[in-house]
Amino acid sequence: MNQRSNRLRHPGINMGHIDSATDEAAESLLFGFWIFLMSDLVLFALLFANYAAQSQHGTAGGPTPSSLFELKNPFIETMLLLASSFTIGLAALALKYRQDRARLVFWLAVTFVLGTGFIYLEVHDFVDMTSKGHGPQTSGFLSAFFLLVGMHGIHVCSGLIWLIVMMVQVFVFGLERDVKTRLMRLAIFWHMLDVVWIGIFTFVYLFGAA
Amino acid sequence: MTGEPLNYFWLGKLSLESLPFVEFIKTPNSSTAIAAFAAAAVIGGAIGIVVLLTLFGKWRVFWREWLTTLDAKKIGIMYIVLALVMLIRAVIEAAFMRAQQMLAVNREGPLSAEHFGELFTTHGTIMIFFMAMPFLIGLINVVMPLQIGARDVKFPLLNAISLALTAAGAVLVMISLVIGEFSTGGWSGYPPFTELAFNPGAGVDYWIWAVTLSSIGNTLTGINFAVTIYKLRAPGMTWFRMPLFSWTALCTSILIIFAMMPLTVATLMLALDRYAGFHFFTNALGGNMMNYANLFWLFGHPEVYIVILPAFGVFSEVFSTFSGKRLYGYHSLVFATIAITVLSFGVWLHHFFTMGQSANLNAAFGIATMLIGVPTGVKVYDWLLTMVRGRVRFTTPMLFSIMFAITFVIGGLSGVLLANPPIDFAVHNSLFLVAHFHNMLIPGTLFGMFAAYNVWFPKMFGFRLSEKWGRISFWFWSFGFYLAFMPLYALGLMGAMRRTVQWFEPQYLPWLLVAFSGAVLISLGLISQVIQLWVSIRNRDDLRAPGGDPWDGRSLEWSVSAPPPEYNFAVIPEVHDRDAFTWMKQHGISYTAPNEYQDIPMPKNSVVAPLIGFLATMLGFALTWHIWWLTIVSFLVILGTVIARSFCRDTEKIIPASQVRQEHEQWLARVKGLIPTARADETTSENQGLAEVAS
Repeated sequence: MNQRSNRLRHPGINMGHIDSATDEAAESLLFGFWIFLMSDLVLFALLFANYAAQSQHGTAGGPTPSSLFELKNPFIETMLLLASSFTIGLAALALKYRQDRARLVFWLAVTFVLGTGFIYLEVHDFVDMTSKGHGPQTSGFLSAFFLLVGMHGIHVCSGLIWLIVMMVQVFVFGLERDVKTRLMRLAIFWHMLDVVWIGIFTFVYLFGAA
Repeated sequence: MTGEPLNYFWLGKLSLESLPFVEFIKTPNSSTAIAAFAAAAVIGGAIGIVVLLTLFGKWRVFWREWLTTLDAKKIGIMYIVLALVMLIRAVIEAAFMRAQQMLAVNREGPLSAEHFGELFTTHGTIMIFFMAMPFLIGLINVVMPLQIGARDVKFPLLNAISLALTAAGAVLVMISLVIGEFSTGGWSGYPPFTELAFNPGAGVDYWIWAVTLSSIGNTLTGINFAVTIYKLRAPGMTWFRMPLFSWTALCTSILIIFAMMPLTVATLMLALDRYAGFHFFTNALGGNMMNYANLFWLFGHPEVYIVILPAFGVFSEVFSTFSGKRLYGYHSLVFATIAITVLSFGVWLHHFFTMGQSANLNAAFGIATMLIGVPTGVKVYDWLLTMVRGRVRFTTPMLFSIMFAITFVIGGLSGVLLANPPIDFAVHNSLFLVAHFHNMLIPGTLFGMFAAYNVWFPKMFGFRLSEKWGRISFWFWSFGFYLAFMPLYALGLMGAMRRTVQWFEPQYLPWLLVAFSGAVLISLGLISQVIQLWVSIRNRDDLRAPGGDPWDGRSLEWSVSAPPPEYNFAVIPEVHDRDAFTWMKQHGISYTAPNEYQDIPMPKNSVVAPLIGFLATMLGFALTWHIWWLTIVSFLVILGTVIARSFCRDTEKIIPASQVRQEHEQWLARVKGLIPTARADETTSENQGLAEVAS
């Protein structure tokens, strides 16, 4: 075993001793994507800060977090998203250890279904809130809520589009280098969405409902 | 009856009244006449470009060599061209504002208050987002990959898309002259004034989308540059052998990565308020404009360092090169740059000391602000000490740099004054503040960019710029700057507030007259730069520097031909010293042919970037005028373009080793035929880009 192949040269799964050419190519691609995620996390940090301020000072006599939030759906959403992070991990393992397209696409599809379920519940909640007169136009607090949670939802949607594109590319191109590095980037993107959602579930829902 | 909804469907809020010509015919006065004239100028300029391209049959070249190229150097040049065009517009606007303020003492000036508001908004927006940013990003694109010994930036297509998005923003600002109006909310666009309740027109929307497009483009650029510098340095180019300009490029990129997002968030939230009735910054229902102030300046203050750090890098290169000396205090300059990068995130609150936070908080931010003066001071001393015992040559870039060092210190001192919350309370929002930040940004960013333009022009195009007209422009700009902005310090202390359309204090008049004369000189400076370019292109045969090293340069970009080949280096150089090229010259290994050449893979041209640029312009325009079908169509086509591109696998071309060999040997033979130039003759036609090696 040479040492170079064992060294992790980038975030995400280490392809070093399986496919060193991809590993080589992935080094700066994943590093670049990692930096992009950093900048994307700044976006969420700001939305969290804005939510922290407006959920306290911007309720304008209307509904407050504790009067509004129920934990049931957000909890199911959390479970769906956590499970999807697990399944995309299984997809990454299929990519790494088995040159098995069917297995890979299967786990990507499961991830897609779980992500879609998450989005379905989220949209359902949004529509429900709006129809009860708690839309984003109600108060600064609700504006901040819809923006923070909705921005995460938009990210999940782009992840879903990305998943479809990758499933198609796995079939069209096979497991060639570009497809592999894209899947590696998709995986860390998906995990980041999970991390952000944990933040939302904790600070918005658990904190708010308490 | 059905006509109106149908019009709304196809054209949104657009109507004939949106055209300044119609407004001029309806209410003819000096203000609408100027607006109509400006609109005509934009249309004339656009038609002029089309006619010229057609007349000279250059459409194919324009498309193949420029619009679709992924070559960082050409992308950089396009950025700089964009910056110069926008600079011309913004300087004209500045001259109009000076004229207005001079004429409007105890009477109405030629411009209406609305029009004046648009002028200071576009002037600020353009100077920051569409002049300073594109200029420095273009410069980094041209210089940085060459300086670190790379063939290109890491993500060439992303680079082209960044340019396209910035250009789309700039085009929106230009369109606003012809269709509708621009925001009157200042470059910082503070709500609640920019909310729908007070500003229902299209102006603020133009501002929002222009700024948003350019800031997304800039974020992508920052990521691209940072990855390039981290991952693509030539062998031997350790961190502390990296030229200072590349260091500042790295720090600027890091600032961009973190600081652009707050702006994007702020403008998007403002857009949600305006388009969807959200309450982020409104007066009612829990909106709070302080959140905007925080978000905006969380971007806005690092932005100041984003635009100044690359200029610091330029000055470092200029002082060292034109003193014929190694840079003094290299390590301290690097650490000062890093210190500024870190500190710049801790001072944003000093932009609104007066807006109600506690005195202790103000004190903390005031102290942090003053702290930034320390690393900046270190830099100034390093530059001065670089000149000590050097053989200083007073060329145009050096003159700009020295004038910067003097003037910037004055501006820095007024900045330390403003960092005191109690003093800030007295002079905030006055012309004192306007004087201060122009005193930083003109000698800092602008003079830095002018110095860079004169230094690296021969690298980009293969011939030098006219030294005579360069110096003339320098003197106009310098005297113009002092005359235009020193009076503003006095006016500010006399109580004159910024962005005022009309005065009722006759004692302001003498100062305003002097300031206007400064604006005239600055305009003459800009005109002499246009003449400089014209004269230089006409005399290009006398000014040619094919050797590629007209200034006895010290870093790698001077080691290749001018203009450099698409792949930058025939063979990636090995770096042995901080002044990599000087080391090569001293060891006699510059201009040597390598043992073997290899095939070089380079990115193929792509239509993706110009397509996205066009669609983004459409998207911004459609959003501004509420043309929803066009909004949806252009958004979906952008998405489709990106996805389609990911299926495109034919993205690389191979430049064969034989071609690389032929081009390189041809150049080496040409260099052999050149006579080395002594530094004393570097501004004469003797200088063909081969420097005499100093012993």
